[in-house]
Amino acid sequence: MNIVVCVKQVPDTATERKLRSDDNTIDRSANGVINELCEYAVEDALKLKEAYGGEVTVLTMGPDQATDAIRKALAMGADKAVHLSDEALHGSDALSTSYALSQALKKIGFDVVILGSESTDARTGMLAAMLAERLGVPQLTLASKIEVAGSAISIHRQTDYGYDKVEATLPAVVSVVEKPDPFKPRYPSFKGIMAAKKKPIEKIGIADAEIDPAQIGLAAAWSVVADFTPAPPRGKGVVVNDEGDGGTKAAEFLVSKKFI
Amino acid sequence: MAEILVLVEQVDGEIKKVTLELLTLARSLGEPSAVWAGPGYTDVAKARLSEYGAEKIYVADSADIADHLVAPKAELLASLVGSRSPAAVLIASTTEGKEVAGRLAIKTDSGVITDAVGVAEGFVAEQPVFGGGVVVHSKVAKGTPIIALRPNSTQPVATAGAGTEEKVDVALSDAARGARVVERVKEKTSSRPELTEAAIVVSGGRGVGADFSIIEQLADSLGAAVGASRAVTDSGWYPHEFQVGQTGKTVAPQLYIAAGISGAIQHRAGMQTAKTIVVINKDGQAPIWEIADFGVVGDLHKVLPQLIDEITKRK
Repeated sequence: MNIVVCVKQVPDTATERKLRSDDNTIDRSANGVINELCEYAVEDALKLKEAYGGEVTVLTMGPDQATDAIRKALAMGADKAVHLSDEALHGSDALSTSYALSQALKKIGFDVVILGSESTDARTGMLAAMLAERLGVPQLTLASKIEVAGSAISIHRQTDYGYDKVEATLPAVVSVVEKPDPFKPRYPSFKGIMAAKKKPIEKIGIADAEIDPAQIGLAAAWSVVADFTPAPPRGKGVVVNDEGDGGTKAAEFLVSKKFI
Repeated sequence: MAEILVLVEQVDGEIKKVTLELLTLARSLGEPSAVWAGPGYTDVAKARLSEYGAEKIYVADSADIADHLVAPKAELLASLVGSRSPAAVLIASTTEGKEVAGRLAIKTDSGVITDAVGVAEGFVAEQPVFGGGVVVHSKVAKGTPIIALRPNSTQPVATAGAGTEEKVDVALSDAARGARVVERVKEKTSSRPELTEAAIVVSGGRGVGADFSIIEQLADSLGAAVGASRAVTDSGWYPHEFQVGQTGKTVAPQLYIAAGISGAIQHRAGMQTAKTIVVINKDGQAPIWEIADFGVVGDLHKVLPQLIDEITKRK
């Protein structure tokens, strides 16, 4: 099975994240880490390979420093990587990004594409659905469980009430949600980290993936950030120590705010 | 006045509150038309949508729409955008709503904005980003603005609309039938409100422990939804769909009660736009205190039972 896992390098959520004042795009200059849910996507891709055979290719789109996310995925056990990097991609919105990645995916070829359901930076949660739309293949998103039997694939799609069982025929686009132990992403072993250094990373530009420059980048964006401001700070709250009446005090506060 | 399409969010024919919020907002921007996708449309639904201002109701109630994931709804909306040329399309910024919005944007070659909490004149959308740390104003530059709005962004206000029905037949493409929903498994049957829609959310963290009954009791005494921190869902103490945070749900209720939650950025990113935040935590130095409007430093296993008693007494 030809498995492609899309990963994204994002600003570390533990640091202060910023928008750039020159063009209102996300500042990607420092502290890039692999997006958390992408690690789950890599884990599920590796599990599919272990169960059904095949190869796992990592695909990322982003500036040169996004190599860190690729290395992490390779160290976890992915076989090879494709890094779509081009100055012209800077400032691409969700429509442009889905277009550029879909072109790269057509070039790579796939039976299944796996993504995290959302990134911690833009958090639009749309990319998997948009890739399915662009590629004309079934959308199996928000998966907490994936099963493959021949060319049939089924998932448990996480819902507010539990899950939906959804079926399709490969090729397909799958997005995955966070899961508890024992389904958490594996840690790269020392051997894995060493092996990752020898694994091939193919760098491609927009011409290689036949990406139309008029459909990408800030100039082509279908939506734009007009302005941004830091959120106003919350006022200082009232804190009491529990001296046997903490619950009563909390109730009094709720009454004062008319919640009771 | 310009027509604004509002995709109705409903489960088994029951209209979700966020739809009424979207209709309310649509009235400030133009003339709202509700779009019903899937089975379950009834006179009750019609009355409800009209009560909140729907001038038109497009009804596409074939089972085919609900039996396939996301794509049919995008096709239905795309055909309406093509034939009616609305000024904008409003969709709930839920996991599924955002997926519909994304596919619709591609189909109609239009810009899309997600997680908006308000839309002003000229369809300028306000979005909290980076976990609520920054407020952004965005605008669609091409096509028909498609804006996904978070539940609880506005208060639904009833103002009668004509509610003129129009049947819509959609011939779904093969591509839209690619992902078949074969079974819906309802794991938790509770009468609690849905997490992202609830006016009050009571969340528990590591400090609660594996037994979440005290959180559920407090939630029930307030008619609230139950949430959990990642420490809790990671441990399998509570299902992941109840996780509030960066890798879970984003909530913006009127009242958020955080019990035994330290308040790492991972969690705060999912709840810090709540109107009022109440904290119960024995660690007075935990980061959650930075955003508390009111809090009790103490053992939640002592404070919460007393709070529940007081609430029950005052009802």
